[in-house]
Amino acid sequence: MSTYRVALIGNPNTGKSTLFNALTGLRQHTGNWAGKTVVRAEGEYEYNGHTYNVIDLPGTYSLFSNSVDEEVARDYIVLDRPDVTVIVLDATAMERNMNLALQVLEMTSRAVVCLNLIDEAGKLGIEIREQLLAEKLGVPVVKISARNKQGITELLRQIENVAKRRIVPKPVQVKYSEEIERRIQELEPEVRRLIGDDYPARWIALRLLDGDDSIIAALERRLGANASQTKEMIADGLSCAH
Amino acid sequence: MSSSPLVSLMDAATGQRIRLASIQVQGVLRRRLLDLGFVPGAVIEVLQASPLGDPVAYRVNNTTIALRREERERIFGEICKEDGE
Repeated sequence: MSTYRVALIGNPNTGKSTLFNALTGLRQHTGNWAGKTVVRAEGEYEYNGHTYNVIDLPGTYSLFSNSVDEEVARDYIVLDRPDVTVIVLDATAMERNMNLALQVLEMTSRAVVCLNLIDEAGKLGIEIREQLLAEKLGVPVVKISARNKQGITELLRQIENVAKRRIVPKPVQVKYSEEIERRIQELEPEVRRLIGDDYPARWIALRLLDGDDSIIAALERRLGANASQTKEMIADGLSCAH
Repeated sequence: MSSSPLVSLMDAATGQRIRLASIQVQGVLRRRLLDLGFVPGAVIEVLQASPLGDPVAYRVNNTTIALRREERERIFGEICKEDGE
């Protein structure tokens, strides 16, 4: 019997916490993220003889660290590498929600997209072809209504598939302009050499090109020993960028 | 349709719809606006202004977002004609 770590991420008001409660029931506890005034909700459930540890990340519209919430969510996905990240989307507001979904898919391939509030969407006459969406995004897509406990079984099955690597998703990659892509290609092997294959090298290269200091600081905290190397890498990244 | 001149959000009246063309805000705030749905091509609606005229509320992606003057004067688009989209 193994234990898998599952992270829930989504925009505010997508029913993420309703799903969290539906999954974990009373087996949960809350606290704070170390050193931050952001609530950390953690719980667990069992499925097919395995334990799944679920973390309910703060609701955010984006993961470009404008706030402590976003930083917590981003660091967890990028640095703590959960076995499965469940991206909870509001089925009635797909356009707004897709922004976060694509950002998460740049950070991890081990993801399941979960369309919540599907009953509400139905009432509004919104019909979602989840098969087509799954093909386009390259990850499993499940329709649920967390409130009515509808679709949960299928969600658990897909989480298991990704956790056990029965399914290895190949998420769609956002393509940038030729120049940016060229710079990513220069930087990515360098990033990989320094921090290994455990982290999303392409995504980190992109953040470096963007001059994002906060991810660099977070990496330094994790990889203390390599801090000076990381600094070098940043310098390289920045000189590439400008 | 595309011949309408570009105006800033400052020039849009309550009730009008604007198709965004360019966001001239820089830095973190730019990222934030993009995340909220202020992207080129999006159609937003002017909902109402505060009693003192600032900030002004907009409907974007079915959500209400209020913007200060500093942001409004740096967001440009074309005003949609009353008839049809």
